[in-house]
Order: sequence, then C-alpha cells, then structure tokens
Amino acid sequence: MTRRGPAFWCLLGFTLCVCAFLIVPVGMSMLAGVTVNYQAGIESGFTLRWVGQVWDGYSDTIFRSIGIALACLACTLVLGVPAAYVLARKQSGLARAIEELLVMPVAIPGLATALALIVTYNTLGNFRTSWTFILVGHVLFTLPFMVRSVIAVMGAIDMKTLEEGAASLGAGFAQRFFGVVLPNCRSGILAGSLMVVTLSMGEFNMTWLLHTPLTKTLPVGLADAYASLRLEVGSAYTLVFFVMIVPLLIGIQVFARPVELGARTARP
Amino acid sequence: MSMVMTPLAIRLESCGKTFADATRALDPLDLEVRAGETVVLLGPSGCGKTTTLRIIAGLEEPDPGGRVLFDGEDVTLQPIEKRNVGLVFQSYALFPNMDVRGNIAYGLRIRGIGNAERETRVDEMLAMMRIEALAERRIDQLSGGQRQRVALARALAVRPRALLLDEPLTALDAKLRDMLRVEIDALLRGLGITSIYVTHDQAEAMALGDRIVVMDHGKVAQIGTPREIYHAPASRFVADFIGTMNRLDGAVDGGRFVTAAGAIPWAAAPAGALCVLFRPESVRLADTGAGQLAGSVSAAFFLGDRTRLFVDCAGQQVIAETSVRREFAPGTQVRLAIDSDALLTLRDEP
Amino acid sequence: MARRERLLYLLMLPAGIVFAAFFLVPLGQLFLIGGGGKEGWAAYGAIVTNRNYFNSLVSTTLLSTGVTVATLAISGVSGVFLTRNRFRGHAALVAMLTLPLAFPGVVIGFMVIMLGGRQGVIGDIAHWLTGERLVFAYSMAGLFVGYIYFSIPRTILTVMAAAEKLDPKVEEAARSLGAGPLRVVKDVIVPGLKPALLSAGAICFATSMGAFGTAFTLATRINVLPVTIYGVFTDQANIAAAAALSFVLGVLTWAVLAIARTAAGSTVAAAG
Repeated sequence: MTRRGPAFWCLLGFTLCVCAFLIVPVGMSMLAGVTVNYQAGIESGFTLRWVGQVWDGYSDTIFRSIGIALACLACTLVLGVPAAYVLARKQSGLARAIEELLVMPVAIPGLATALALIVTYNTLGNFRTSWTFILVGHVLFTLPFMVRSVIAVMGAIDMKTLEEGAASLGAGFAQRFFGVVLPNCRSGILAGSLMVVTLSMGEFNMTWLLHTPLTKTLPVGLADAYASLRLEVGSAYTLVFFVMIVPLLIGIQVFARPVELGARTARP
Repeated sequence: MSMVMTPLAIRLESCGKTFADATRALDPLDLEVRAGETVVLLGPSGCGKTTTLRIIAGLEEPDPGGRVLFDGEDVTLQPIEKRNVGLVFQSYALFPNMDVRGNIAYGLRIRGIGNAERETRVDEMLAMMRIEALAERRIDQLSGGQRQRVALARALAVRPRALLLDEPLTALDAKLRDMLRVEIDALLRGLGITSIYVTHDQAEAMALGDRIVVMDHGKVAQIGTPREIYHAPASRFVADFIGTMNRLDGAVDGGRFVTAAGAIPWAAAPAGALCVLFRPESVRLADTGAGQLAGSVSAAFFLGDRTRLFVDCAGQQVIAETSVRREFAPGTQVRLAIDSDALLTLRDEP
Repeated sequence: MARRERLLYLLMLPAGIVFAAFFLVPLGQLFLIGGGGKEGWAAYGAIVTNRNYFNSLVSTTLLSTGVTVATLAISGVSGVFLTRNRFRGHAALVAMLTLPLAFPGVVIGFMVIMLGGRQGVIGDIAHWLTGERLVFAYSMAGLFVGYIYFSIPRTILTVMAAAEKLDPKVEEAARSLGAGPLRVVKDVIVPGLKPALLSAGAICFATSMGAFGTAFTLATRINVLPVTIYGVFTDQANIAAAAALSFVLGVLTWAVLAIARTAAGSTVAAAG
C-alpha cells in the first residue's frame, strides 16, 4: 500500500532525529572552525585565522598522515592482493584459518596491538621512533579490509574460470595474474584502497601509543589540540580533517559496497 | 466435512492499477466471481493476473474509481488483515521461526481462539492435508510438496471466505505438480469455497477452472469455460496461448476454402481472403487419394502415445497429431483431412 | 601440482612474514611480559582480583551492554524503515547516517562536546526550554552518547542489508491471517533479523569494550578499561600489569566476536 499513514511520518521523524544527532555536531564544528568567536556565534564574523593557526602548528601532522596513509596503501596492495589471490583460490580449512588470523588485529583493541608492538620492539631505538613504527600498526589493521575486498570481487568474477580460459590459450602465471586477474579485480582493489586510506588517516587508538613527539599524525594532533587549545582552533583542525576525509567516505559509498565492509571500521 | 461458512461472491468494478513508477499493470477491469466458483486467471508474466489477485486480497489498492465488493459489500479500502481471505503463495511464505503446527495455528492465535479449540482445528487441518506425521517438523526440513500442503492448511485453518492462490504449483517439479493439481482440485470442490487461482500454465487452468480469465498486457482477452476458451478463442492471442493452433491462409470460393495445397469444402464460409485456425487433433491422416490437403513431412516427433507431425503444405506449416503407428521420415508425402466445422475464424483477424 | 602449490605459498609469504613478525610474535611477547612482572602469572587474574581493575571492567561491560541495546533498537527501527520506504532524499539520508563510520574516537569525543559540553547545543536547547543548561559531555552519559554515535552507522548498515533480504511474502502471509503491523514486527520481522542483530550487536559490544579515543578525549574520572590500561602503562609504568590487562581484554573481544560468528552463521563473516 502506498498510502503514507501516520506510522510512516513518525518513523521518518525518528530517523531524521537520529540523522540530526549525527550530523549537527559535524556541521557545528565545521562552522566553529571559521568563526571568530564561538561563544559569540556567527555574528562575530568569519575568519580563516584559526585554520591558519592550525596550519602553522600542525601542518607536519597533516603531511605525515597523508604519507603514512599512502605508504599503508602501497604495503597493503603488495601484501594483500597476492594473499587474497591465494585465499580465493584455495578453499581449504587452512585458508579459512588464515583469514581468521588476518582479521585478529581488528577484533582486538588497538591498545593491545600497540602495546604488543612496543614491548617487542622497544629496544630497536631507530625503528621505535620512526614513522615506520606507526606504519606497521596501520598495515596490520587495514590489511584485512583490502584482502576481504579483493576476495569478494574475485568470487564475483569467477576468477578460476577466467584463469583456466587464459591458461588454455597459453598464458603463463605472470601473464594471467597481471593481464587477466588484476584488471578484472579493479573494483575490489579500488574499494579496498579507499577503505585502507580512510582508516589509516583516521586511526587513533594504536597511533596514540606508538607515536613520539616527532611522529605525530593528524588524529594525534587533534587530541593535543582538543586538550590544550581553544575550541575554535580544535574546530578548525577538525574542519581540516573533515575536508580530507569526507571525500574519501563519499568515494567509499560510491565505489565500495559499504554494506559488506562497513560494519567494522575505525576504532573509537 | 463442510467447514466453509457461506461461499463468497466477489465482484471487481473498474479495477485498474498504475504503480508509482507509472507502469500500468492493469487496465480497468470488471470481473464477477460467483459463490463457490473456481476462477483461474491465466496469462504470461506481466499480464496483470497477480496484480488482480493482490487487489482482491487487499494487498494492493485499485486506482481511484475501482471497487472491490465481497457479497455486495464494498471492501476496497479494507486492508488484508480484515478481509479474511486465505492466501497461498508460489514460494509458500511459511514462518521459518515456527514449526508446522505453529504455522497452521498462527491465524487462530491471532483471532484469540483458545488452546483446546486451536489444537483441534490444527489436527483437523493436518488430517485433511494428510501431513499428520509432519506436525512437529521445522519448515526447512520439509520438501516442496510438503511445504505447499502446510501453506494450504495454514490458509484454510481460519475458515477464510475465499481462497486466493498465486501460482502455487510453479515451483514444483512436473510429477509433483500433476499430483498436487489433482489434490487441490478435489480440495476446492470438496470445500465448495470460492477460489481465485493464478497461473501461467494453461493445462493447469483447464484442469482446475470453472471459468478461465485469459489476460494479456493488463487487459482481459477472454472470459469463459475451458471448453469455450479452447474451441472458440476470441482473439489471436488466446488462440496462440491455449494449446497449439494451426493457421492456414487461403480464399473462399464457391463453398470451398482454397489453399495452394488443396481445397476444403466449407458451405458456411464467409467470403473473400481468409485465415483459418484449427487444432492439430482435428487433422486426420487420410489415405492416398483421399483427404483435401497434400503435403510433405518436414519433421516428426514421437511422443509415446501419439506422433506430432510438422507438414509442409505448399509453403504453409500444418501441425498434425496421429496415433497411427508408423514411422514418418522427412520428405514423406501425406494427405491431410480436416472437417470444416473444426475451422475457426477470428472476428478481429485480417 | 607441486609447482602451483609452491607458487601459492610464495605469494602468501610476504604477508605471512609481516604478520608473524609484527603481530604474532609481539602478541606472544605481550603474553609473556604480562606474566613476568612482580605478581607473575597472577597478573592475569588481576582484572578480577584488583578492586580498581574490576570496577573498571564492570563499568565498561555495563556501558557496552547499554550502548548495544540502545543502538540495536535505534538502528533496527531506522534501518527497517529505510529499507522499506523510498522517498526523495532517501539516498542522502542514508549517506548522512553512515558518514561517521571512519571518524576516530577523538573526533567523536569532540562531537559529544559540541553536543553536550559547556557550550553545547543540547545545553542551549535545554536552557531555552527549561532555563537550565544541560552539560553531560564529561560524565558517563557523555560517554554513552559518544559510543552510540559511533555505533549507529555500523549497525544500521548491517540491519539494512539483512532487512533487504527479508521475504515480503512471509509478512503478507501473516497479514492475510489477520496479523496487524505490530504483530507482524514481533512474529516475522524480528525473528527474521535475528542473525543480523546478533552479529551487529556483537560487533557493537566488542568495539565499545575496546574503545579508547572517545573516553580519552572526554577525559574526566570516567573509568573504562582501555583508559585504565593506558593509565597503568603511562602513569604507573607497570608494563606487566598493562600487558596482562590488555591481553585479557583482547581475548575477551575476540571471543565475543567468535561466539557471535558461530551463533549467527554466515551473516557475520562479511561483517565481523
């Protein structure tokens, strides 16, 4: 029945309230970041001076986050795509177990993973204080998303039959892998890539423990700013973060099927 | 055992249906279903038969201007929860979280019928559908045929005023379908309940229906008894849809229907160029020299109890069926005989 | 073919090495360190025996449970509604509801401050309605709100996916037998969504138990387990205790997810 009864409007109202609950603070903080005086409200006028202050104090964190995210992407591509291929081809119990294992860094709190890394590699001073230490944590956390995404698309394209067809025409493994398998997995690799970059940019729990004053990322900087600086600066910093992350999130919604991947993402 | 209250008469007046995306599923149609009658809505997919059923059920509302009347009472705005019609789906739609007993008892529970009476009625239904042994089983442990029986039992347990069936046998394999068709026929007749049955299978329609409504692209093509539909199709569509129909072009000249392959004496023929229709079973194989049409066999299919012949009669194909036990090699010359009263013409045909 | 097997093994090797070196070995090390402190292996029981730790565990568990129940209710209602009804702006609404998926805990803490801090918008509304400001960001209530904030986007997607797979014919069958809308929800929709609700609920619970950033940003006297562990690590420099506690927490969250996976069947595989 297409008659819109009172139940429809009630439920719509409820859903709109939930939506407002989620979005209003986002909008508010973005607004606060460009307002001269938050307490006075928008009557006090707009300014980019808070954003400027953020840039002066924290531009290194922005670049570092981007850099780590891209490095993380590179690592997960090199490690994850071949791994996904293996797991998609071998449907054995061992393959299931390996998948389970790969997912573990997501199932346990980031705190635990970070502590584990610290107690093991504390002695390697250079490694411990380098940005690669943070990178390692990010790779562990984002790898399952890349792997899962690629496995899903490999299943959808019936990769086995494609490969057999190519092999029957004389293609060797490398030719098949790079010429047939990878091009057909583009959508899964793209979706996985978007997830990896987004998650890496937003990762905090692990990074907070793994970082040093010289290797701060954007979320770590945010925590600093919230604690020590005025609301407007924190808001401006958050605004910068939103500007970077929202296009990625929209990209995920457009290209990935968030339904399958979205239930498990950034750890708060 | 008679468990129906009084059979219901259903009437649809000007019921059309246009969906939200502007597809016109049904042109305004009028339909009269007499009390106790089984009416079959027959047609290919997309013809509007399921939409019509859903309008009768109360799952869809007709476009403004349409009315649905149960025994003269206007129920157009009444939702399905209040109409007390039994609904049986192609996919059974059984409740996976309840066992067979729970499924059958569901409607009774809704009506607040007490424990004791509920159990009695469920037992009655189980016995009627001969599924007593399945009472405690979970739904996913049942076969297709068993599920359909449970679905019927569930719909009938609440003593509905009418039974609406949406392609209930389509999901089953051929043998099971034949068996259940006979059972459903016996059930509907035994209960004397008004039934609307939707199917795309014309054999099913002919077997079950008191009357058949043939539908095409949202319109009614013909309403009639199985015999009327079969022997006197009102349009090309109906003729083609029901069984196989032969078609011959020719001209009427001096009391005969003349084609390139021969002439058939036909006294009551209308004049001029004509296209006649006739069923394969009206065509007889004649002996050499006799018969009106000459042709050569282009293909022969042995179907067990009969042979179906595709005969080329001077460029036009005639399908004939014969129980003569002979092998027909392609190219065999044959002569065919047709009675003129087996010839049909369509009023709206060129 | 042995050659093919070797090839597959080679392809898996880089990921395997990285994983072993940076996850498996460290976890093992964490486990050993946890038992290598002053209390020895008894440290693993400390989560129950130590007063502070136990309180922390209890409040975290209660918080997580409350958040899970509330989130499932909210997401269940909205998720089913959105799957069943299409209207102008539907896609935008879904997009907005799932936007906060990748927000880190710190940002969510900040969102809670925006809503319920000393200058928060809800405080403004309360002031306008009742004359009194409502400041809840720095209490358990603020944490509760924050946890719901990050839980809704995740669960709503799982619920919507499952609701799409529900067979509408079963609901029509219930209606044809006389069931009104509430009855249909109770007898058909909720049982149909049970696996999805279980899996989404487990993820929600596990995530809440391990959440750190949100509580850290709203830092006051709130005592959730991850913050406690962090305190033990930094303030008291008691590495063994921190290691033991975090290991136990890790096992706990992993176990909850594993149980939900077996209970809910394949639905969890994609989500969990």
